[in-house]
Amino acid sequence: MKQENKTWFLRGMRDGTPIMLGYATVSFTLGIVARNAGLTAGQAFLTSLLCNASAGEKAGFTVIQANEGYLAMAVMMLIINARYLLMSCSLSQKISPETGLIPRLIIGFEVTDEIFGVQMALPGMICPWYTYGVIAMALPGWSLGTYLGVVMGNVLPANIVSALSVGLYGMFLAIIIPPARENRVIAALVVISMLASCAFAYLPVVSAISPGTRVIILTVAISAAAAYLFPVKEEDGHAA
Amino acid sequence: MQHNIYLYIFVMFAVTYLIRVLPLTLIRKPIKSRFIRSFLYYVPYVTLAIMTFPDIVQATTAPVAGLLALIAGVVLAWSGRSLFTVAVASCAVVFITEMIIL
Repeated sequence: MKQENKTWFLRGMRDGTPIMLGYATVSFTLGIVARNAGLTAGQAFLTSLLCNASAGEKAGFTVIQANEGYLAMAVMMLIINARYLLMSCSLSQKISPETGLIPRLIIGFEVTDEIFGVQMALPGMICPWYTYGVIAMALPGWSLGTYLGVVMGNVLPANIVSALSVGLYGMFLAIIIPPARENRVIAALVVISMLASCAFAYLPVVSAISPGTRVIILTVAISAAAAYLFPVKEEDGHAA
Repeated sequence: MQHNIYLYIFVMFAVTYLIRVLPLTLIRKPIKSRFIRSFLYYVPYVTLAIMTFPDIVQATTAPVAGLLALIAGVVLAWSGRSLFTVAVASCAVVFITEMIIL
């Protein structure tokens, strides 16, 4: 059992490596936002260590900069991070019912888009040690990247930042495209989701909706429609 | 009124953590409803697709570089390349494209 945990931990660290690199880059730019909002490197580091949410933290720093109230901060976090609620519900079905409270508290601590993605890409139930391995790579990358962003500011050349900024999206594609190749419902959903997201980003009226809210509305609407039209078979968890 | 920065950080942490951890600790059994199971099965694909496009095109200095990275990423992922390969290749496509056109 112990050897198995070690294997899962190492596998988690391996899958966590590209996440760490991507996080270090994204959080570096987040650190610049934090510095502009008046946070010290230590405060920005602490925020990233505790929250690990790119859109959420960016919004939070905006609230701090504007010197708005704590309630405004709480509401902002609730809306921007609401998609994690959906992800956490999804994850709860990938965790064995025997899993104790402590592993659940730790896995819940690091529900991010990317870490959620690699966990869902695993076949069968998640071994908590796999998640620990991913966290061991991702969390230092995220928090130290933020720290460096505050300290070093704009030292990276713009063309490097531009190139590195798509790394996370490359990871998303590596997670959603292989299942889409095997399953036509998922393939159609990926295309529909991207088109709908594009429409919401650019069309008048709906483009006023914030990106965080856009993700929630479209995720719920499209996933619910798909679940109604193409319910998954009970036995194997795959779409009909 | 001047706010305490550490209290701000605590509010950010508390709300974000509760959102993430409550479903994981409260939902301890497999969900019976076929609709909800199907819904949760589709959520990751839909949500990651929504977050990828058009954001990937907006993230780069030249939008066309982001578009090419998207195409390269889809082709590589389709042909079964690893997470790391797809991520690095996407970055390389942007770097080279912007070097040529900018």
